[in-house]
Amino acid sequence: MNSKAANNVATGVIYLLVTAVVGILIFLLGYILITGVPHVSIHFITSAAESFRAGGGIRDQLFNSLYLLVLTLIISFPIALGSGIYLSEYAPHNWFTGLIRTAIEVLSSLPSVVVGLFGYLLFVIKFNLGFSILAGAIALTFFNLPLLTRSIEESLEDVPNLQREAGLSLGLSRWKTITGIVFPAALPGILTGIILSAGRVFGEAAALIYTAGQSAPTVSYTNWNPFSAASFLNPMRPAETLAVHIWKVNTEGVTPDALQISSGASAVLIVVILLFNLAARFLGNWAFKKMTAAK
Amino acid sequence: MEKTANTKTKQIITSEDVHLYYGSFEALHGIDLNFGEHEIAALIGPSGCGKSTYLRCLNRMNDLIPGVKITGSIELEGNDIYAPKVDVVELRKRVGMVFQQPNPFPFSVYENVAYGLRLAGVRDKSLLDERVETSLKQAAIWDEVKDNLYDSALSFSGGQQQRICVARVLAVQPEVVLLDEPTSALDPISSAKIEDTLLNIRDKYTIIIVTHNMQQASRISDRTAFLLNGNLVEYDKTEKLFMNPEKEETSDYLNGKFG
Repeated sequence: MNSKAANNVATGVIYLLVTAVVGILIFLLGYILITGVPHVSIHFITSAAESFRAGGGIRDQLFNSLYLLVLTLIISFPIALGSGIYLSEYAPHNWFTGLIRTAIEVLSSLPSVVVGLFGYLLFVIKFNLGFSILAGAIALTFFNLPLLTRSIEESLEDVPNLQREAGLSLGLSRWKTITGIVFPAALPGILTGIILSAGRVFGEAAALIYTAGQSAPTVSYTNWNPFSAASFLNPMRPAETLAVHIWKVNTEGVTPDALQISSGASAVLIVVILLFNLAARFLGNWAFKKMTAAK
Repeated sequence: MEKTANTKTKQIITSEDVHLYYGSFEALHGIDLNFGEHEIAALIGPSGCGKSTYLRCLNRMNDLIPGVKITGSIELEGNDIYAPKVDVVELRKRVGMVFQQPNPFPFSVYENVAYGLRLAGVRDKSLLDERVETSLKQAAIWDEVKDNLYDSALSFSGGQQQRICVARVLAVQPEVVLLDEPTSALDPISSAKIEDTLLNIRDKYTIIIVTHNMQQASRISDRTAFLLNGNLVEYDKTEKLFMNPEKEETSDYLNGKFG
């Protein structure tokens, strides 16, 4: 076979593989959206779930997912930022930091069921947090930290060393060089990392079943006191998220419209995650433009 | 060989017996060089002769490389810059540096030049404006950027970026400006503009430039040092070194017998 033919074959195979990947993706998305979207309505998104009757919505589950995500990010982002900065800017390359990196990688491949059971034993039982958003957020932090740390570290490392030298040679301290030059330059990448990991947290179910619980008690959206048990902001209440709801409705749902609810909820979940990804791109580009040309 | 640059000018940087080791490899074998205030000194020599390495000793940029050991003494106005109590940040404010690759920050032109001052705590907007304008003028780039001050510095050509980098260094008003092959990544026209810039600012700053371009050294410098294999071969008035070098190696290098 001459090189031209070999080239054509290789190109053909690559196109075939790409088509397969894209095809599977479109099929999955299409299936979920086509079966789900007809069941989505304003009523579906804005009303509470029903336990036995048909016609329940996903209002609380949707809110719980978002609230849990915010809490998770509030806990995990500062930790991930600190460790990302350490690993990228300060850590020497030796066996110890190598061990840390390996540990982070292992942590990121931990099955979420294991994270959930760990969270259940430690936070829910031992620390007596009960099934609560807080316990869920801490468990998801374990889940989220490796990804977030990694993406922050990589975004910082992508900033060319010349930028650091330029900062230092201007008489800036190392810390000011990092916060004033390296961090802004890495911000678009960091932002993208946050939002992508948020998408994963949003779709997580297994780790939450044992930590945030499977029930969504009725909460009042007008009670803004986070310490009140009835408040939607109370982090100590159990909270079923959208992904958990889909799992639960499918496995033990007794409402007559369980199938429709799970299809609709799946479609909403997919759309929200898609929105996250689009937002990631948009925000990343916007931040980059903002950073690269002030004003 | 004349060790001191000029007995009449004040010596701003004096260095004696500077050895530098990368691990067990000795890159500089005892360099003695002094630099007079408000002079342009050029360091020339073939690749790997240690000229950039030596230059980076003068603002302690080599500190950033793991495994580097430096012995001997380097003094800035009589104070040892490697003394334990020296604040490296303070030193680098006094000894600025321009690098081989233009490396503007990914911000606007204005922010690039104002950044060092801003992070050093200057808040006064009118002072910042004035410093930015003066520095850009000194770096001979003002006319080209004055209408686009808030565009990204990265949107300009390499030569313009390099002059923005020069302006950025001048804005923090150092006493000494080190330039590490500032024109080697640039076209001849941009290089000529950088050279003009340097001649423009020599009354206010002491300039030490590393270059592999011998013509450049002869065009702009007052003094030239020729380094070879980590040794200082010869250091003299530029005219004398180029027209009538004392050492045979210098003459061989200048005549292109090796390089």
